Amino acid sequence: MIELSGIRKAFNQGRHNEYWALDGIDLSIEANKVTALRGPSGSGKTTLLTIVGCLARPTEGRVRLEGEDISGLPERFLTEIRRKRFGFIFQQFNLIKGLSALDNIILPAYPTGRPRRELLDRAEELLAGLKLGHRRNAKVEWLSGGEQQRVAICRALINDPELVIADEPTANLDTHLAGEFMGILESLAGQGRTILLTSHDPLVVESDVVQRVIDMRDGKLICHE
Amino acid sequence: MKLWLAKQRYLIDFTLASLARRKTRNLGLLFVYTVLVFMLASVTLYTHALRQEAARVLAASPEVIVQRMVAGRHDLIPPGYMERIGRIRGVQKMEGRLWGYYYDAVTKANYTFMVPAENPPAAGEIIVGPALERSRGLAKNNGITFRSYSGKLHSFIIADVLSQASELVSADLVLMSEQNFRAFFDYPAGHYTDIALSVANPQEVRNVAVKLAAALPDARPILRDEVLRTYASIYDWREGIVLALLSAAILAFGILAWEKASGLSAEEKREIGILKAIGWETGDVIKMKFWEGLLISLTAFLAGFVAAYVHVFHFAASLFEPVLKGWAVLYPRFQLTPHIDGLQVATLFFFTVVPYAAAVLVPIWKAAITDPDSVMRG
Amino acid sequence: MRPADRALLALAAGICGFALCFVDAARLRSAAGPDEAERTRLVAQLRLTDLALFTEARYTRHPSQADLHSAFQDHPLALEHFPTGSLISPPAGSLTVGAGATAGREEGAAK
Repeated sequence: MIELSGIRKAFNQGRHNEYWALDGIDLSIEANKVTALRGPSGSGKTTLLTIVGCLARPTEGRVRLEGEDISGLPERFLTEIRRKRFGFIFQQFNLIKGLSALDNIILPAYPTGRPRRELLDRAEELLAGLKLGHRRNAKVEWLSGGEQQRVAICRALINDPELVIADEPTANLDTHLAGEFMGILESLAGQGRTILLTSHDPLVVESDVVQRVIDMRDGKLICHE
Repeated sequence: MKLWLAKQRYLIDFTLASLARRKTRNLGLLFVYTVLVFMLASVTLYTHALRQEAARVLAASPEVIVQRMVAGRHDLIPPGYMERIGRIRGVQKMEGRLWGYYYDAVTKANYTFMVPAENPPAAGEIIVGPALERSRGLAKNNGITFRSYSGKLHSFIIADVLSQASELVSADLVLMSEQNFRAFFDYPAGHYTDIALSVANPQEVRNVAVKLAAALPDARPILRDEVLRTYASIYDWREGIVLALLSAAILAFGILAWEKASGLSAEEKREIGILKAIGWETGDVIKMKFWEGLLISLTAFLAGFVAAYVHVFHFAASLFEPVLKGWAVLYPRFQLTPHIDGLQVATLFFFTVVPYAAAVLVPIWKAAITDPDSVMRG
Repeated sequence: MRPADRALLALAAGICGFALCFVDAARLRSAAGPDEAERTRLVAQLRLTDLALFTEARYTRHPSQADLHSAFQDHPLALEHFPTGSLISPPAGSLTVGAGATAGREEGAAK
């Protein structure tokens, strides 16, 4: 589904603290599969995730989405792709404080201009699916870690994305909640979505849900087998 | 179009939720802003309406008033003076006016005593202005005694009170017969205060003034033109007073606007990053912020202006009364006729709404165009 | 009701109020016709030259008739004695050189 060829990403380019986070990545993410990126911190997993998810452009190289080159597209089109086809679950959740769970969930759909009734129905569906309906009007800063993550998941799913991207999803969760998360992941995969996540948690990487593991170190892929 | 409207409503939803997070601060800002607009609009509306009133009403003043000057001061018109004006072409009527000031120690107020040119009151009777009716409780057929400057007491009966509608021009007037006036002020016989000329042709007025200057070197002609110009610039000079009124509000507003324009907090930057990461375009973020600026400034402008209008034209600018009254004891009670200058309103709108909306947008620009991957970085 | 709808409604109400001000102004203007006529009549009848707004001093009560120098009294930049003196300009022309009577004479000489 997504092909990366010759991806290199530098930060502070041209300055004395120039740093190459990714140094030549060639990768193919298969559709309808759960793929995990594993590696120590500083290995460039999160950077790779931002490039796959169109949150940043590579310094060198090409990203292809179902054959189409998207790395050169203007910002408007990238944003549209991001909005329609990708759903993000950030490590820190990144929910907007002061807004309720429901408001946070429908937020990504605002630019689409879809009728509010429709959005609210869909959000209710998602909340019910994750057993969070009773917290719909709570301000997100009052929710527990696990509840916040479930809100983040709902938010990622509001526009019905093909690709779900999660960055260190279990980093802030205890074992029980981590297990619950993997269960949610399984059902998402069962719905036919493609899932890409980063983790160095063995509970995630060694789980049956993950179908492919890619190791990274120092901005490069490490090939197994 | 419908889609555009739906989108704007969503953006407004978010903006309002965002503003509600710092409710006290934003409500305070709105309040200060509204007060500022209120004061500016009140001053503008009042000044313009009063100037219009003066222009309309004083258009019926005499075309030329001739004053006599001695050592730079206004002096009386001596006997024979009017004859020297003689037959200047264009002058239809020439009348000696008799008027002066009287300080009433009882109420500590100044009155203008005057002899009307037509239908003067009978001897021993006076017609008073409406402010006197209020301050001294005078009514028709009451009696009143004034102590003249020479120390003598003069008694009068109130024959009539001038109408309340005319108060703006007649508030402090006391009209009496010529005989009474001269007796009261010990006015030298044959002398007048000044001369009122009526000139039929407006083009001729300047020429008449020139001829007067030639015929009477110590005369100072005051043209109706000059009278109107005096009132056209009322409230203009020494505008410090207006600034003093507004300084507190301007300062508060300046601080709040500066705080807004001086940059985004880390929290705000992060939020914009999140919005972009979840699928909002740069344009959406900017529009949303623009709504924030517009909602506050437009609300403040509309509320401030409507309040100012009601204040000036329905409550007679009562908040300004202490300033306008100054040290005077008498102040005319009048309802100003609304004349609104569209240009002034538009200028007020432009200078209150636009700067604030811009102040909100300026710091957003940079943040809105950065890549959202910074959000991922913690 | 959605907050956005409430806000837009409030704005619409504000705009209506704003428009209403102008309508009310027109209404009051026409209603004030007779009163204004009364004032104008009195001005013509009594040969008045000033509004009776500031009765504190001679030159505030009759600013158009005031001596050329009253408005400056002590010094052109001195603080004004009377609060309302701050609100009225000196007589027209008095701020320029050769004001008043001398201006008329110069005009006459030029002719």
